Amino acid sequence: MNTLGLIIQREYSSRVTKKTFILFTIFMPVLFLALAFVPLWLSTIKDSEIKKIVVIDHTGIYAPEFKSTDDYRFEIVGKADESANYTPRLGKDFFAILQITDDLSKKPQNVFLISEKQVPMSLLKNIEKVLSEKVTRQKLDELSASGNVDAQTIVKVRHIIESGANVSVSTLRLNKEGETFASSSMLSSIVGIAFTLLIYIFLMSYGGMVMQAVLEEKRSRIVEVLVSSVKPVNLLIGKIVGIGLVGLTQLFIWALLLGSLTMVLGILPVFSNDAATSSQLMNNSMQPVNMSEIVAMFQTINWLEIILYFIVFFIGGYVLYASIFAMIGASVDNEQDTQQFMMPITIILLFAFYAGFYSIENPDGPLAFWCSFIPFTSPVVMMVRIPFGIPAWEKILSVIILYGSFVVISIFSAKIYRVGILMYGKKPTVKEIIKWAKYK
Amino acid sequence: MYYLETKDIVKQYAEHLALNGVSIAVPQGSVFGLLGPNGAGKTTLIRIITRIIAPDSGVILVNGRPFSGQDVYRIGYLPEERGLYKKMKVGDQVMYLAQLRGMSRKNAQTELTKWFRQFNITNWYNRKVEELSKGMQQKVQFIATVIHNPELIILDEPFSGFDPLNADIIKNEILRLKNEGKTVLLSTHDMESVEELCDNIALINQSKVVLHGNVFEIRNAYRQHVLRFRLFSDDFEMENESFTVLSKEKKHEYIDVRIQKKVEMENTELIKLILNTYPVISFEEELPTMREVFVSAVTSQSIKDN
Repeated sequence: MNTLGLIIQREYSSRVTKKTFILFTIFMPVLFLALAFVPLWLSTIKDSEIKKIVVIDHTGIYAPEFKSTDDYRFEIVGKADESANYTPRLGKDFFAILQITDDLSKKPQNVFLISEKQVPMSLLKNIEKVLSEKVTRQKLDELSASGNVDAQTIVKVRHIIESGANVSVSTLRLNKEGETFASSSMLSSIVGIAFTLLIYIFLMSYGGMVMQAVLEEKRSRIVEVLVSSVKPVNLLIGKIVGIGLVGLTQLFIWALLLGSLTMVLGILPVFSNDAATSSQLMNNSMQPVNMSEIVAMFQTINWLEIILYFIVFFIGGYVLYASIFAMIGASVDNEQDTQQFMMPITIILLFAFYAGFYSIENPDGPLAFWCSFIPFTSPVVMMVRIPFGIPAWEKILSVIILYGSFVVISIFSAKIYRVGILMYGKKPTVKEIIKWAKYK
Repeated sequence: MYYLETKDIVKQYAEHLALNGVSIAVPQGSVFGLLGPNGAGKTTLIRIITRIIAPDSGVILVNGRPFSGQDVYRIGYLPEERGLYKKMKVGDQVMYLAQLRGMSRKNAQTELTKWFRQFNITNWYNRKVEELSKGMQQKVQFIATVIHNPELIILDEPFSGFDPLNADIIKNEILRLKNEGKTVLLSTHDMESVEELCDNIALINQSKVVLHGNVFEIRNAYRQHVLRFRLFSDDFEMENESFTVLSKEKKHEYIDVRIQKKVEMENTELIKLILNTYPVISFEEELPTMREVFVSAVTSQSIKDN
């Protein structure tokens, strides 16, 4: 076996056989799914206790409007009973006190909800909805009583308000054959964010791993033994490729595990049904979504294309950042000294991440557009944009720029690496490091 | 026959001339000492010989041929700044390093077993490096340096960090390698081991070779013409214009006398002269130690330069 193969093999197998790697690789998808499903599942479990809310209505207009539900029981007491009698019992006998002190159509701020604990959002929304509807009706009543408007118009207005004006836009995408098909921009966003997050985390952690590996060889002083029989550039390439393969292995295992786990969970009726119903419960304004529609939407996304580009951008971005990280690792002696050089890289990566994040709002805006050609940000930003569908030339140009710049940077990095690994002692300045590149 | 020659090696770092026309010649099957104060350029020269860095100018000849890429496999190099992967098992590590130097897996395994047996460390195979003491690690490093049966072995400060017992093991290994016809290039500050081991030396000071040649000849060249006599007598009262008495020391029934003679006087003449008057028990010429040679060569050059 040639030396490069040996180095790759050592870098690869010494990492994938580590207990921490195996544990992390196996449990991460499980943890990820648990994070996604457990809150969903928990939200479907109803609070067994019915919360009692005391309504003290000084006007007597609003109290009858409150209807008890499975979760809340409204107890109406007359205005004769002042709140003072109830406050000491708050938190023990009732959950909250709703106090209405005046006609809300004239003084809308004269309503208070007093409680000991934080009031659930759903309760607050419910109360606000009941009161708003009543106040609307009150105002309409006043209007009709004034006699300036004819009764029929009032009836129509009432009808319009009651039926509501819920507009829900279905997004459709036009494919090349001119057919439209349902797409979901929300799903595109979720997919985009997921891949952006993944690529960001991978660039950061695997780039960092390359730096650690370089630093470790330098610190343990084995590097001079190695470079006496191996060309430094081979050592560098072997390290970057070996660790990159570890990353791809992890991705592959995750994809496999996530795919099979979701399939298993999807088949289980408890999850698929609950997931559908709970999404209705959680967000009333959203149209009920059933599983078959979700599946249909999933199919509108070109997974093959996304995964292919993900791998292309992952490799490009990884080699680019790994070269820079290797350069930093070779230039310093210890962990502390890496901080100064790490800072700008971390800032660039963070910027890329935020640029990607905000590109979701506007995937074709100038920020998203330009950031998808700058090689330091393109792997992260492009992963957001691809699920939304962008012109092919943009993708190809972005890949060409990325791969072109990683060639240039890795050559420069190899020059620095070659000199840096043999330098001990004082921390070099950036000027000195650039001089190293000129050494023969 | 020289196994290794460097000719007019020049290496310039940013603002520092590390090597200024350095030429050395290392005969085949000998131990060659590379001496010099810290920062003189020894490590730079060694790194150029091992092809870790390239010289600005100058050539390196191996067996009379220009150095080629494949020649690195014929070199075993133990750097001054040396170490091992801390988390890796000792056996795997030596196997890895051996294979990096072009050995086949099978061949490396056989050699490894042989060397581990010779150093009596077979039970270390599955231990991690971080569990070993520094001296133990040095042994492993030495094995990793010579496992691929190199023709030229370069050892940069091989004795630092060794206790005397382990240092002796390494010294014996160096002499054994020499007897097998291997060429050893040794850089060290330990002047006693230079006298013990080296056939030839080069002394590098301030980026230049200031002394080069056979150890015995160099010591001879630096001799101060001091002879030590042990005489069967109570005192020594001879006076002559061709020598001066440096010291006298009475011990029991004999006396030790150190005499500095004039350069033009032959040793035999002096002995005859003394033998006429005093019964001589023994005599020997005091040769300077390598330490004295080192100090005098380095200081005289600094005086010249200033």
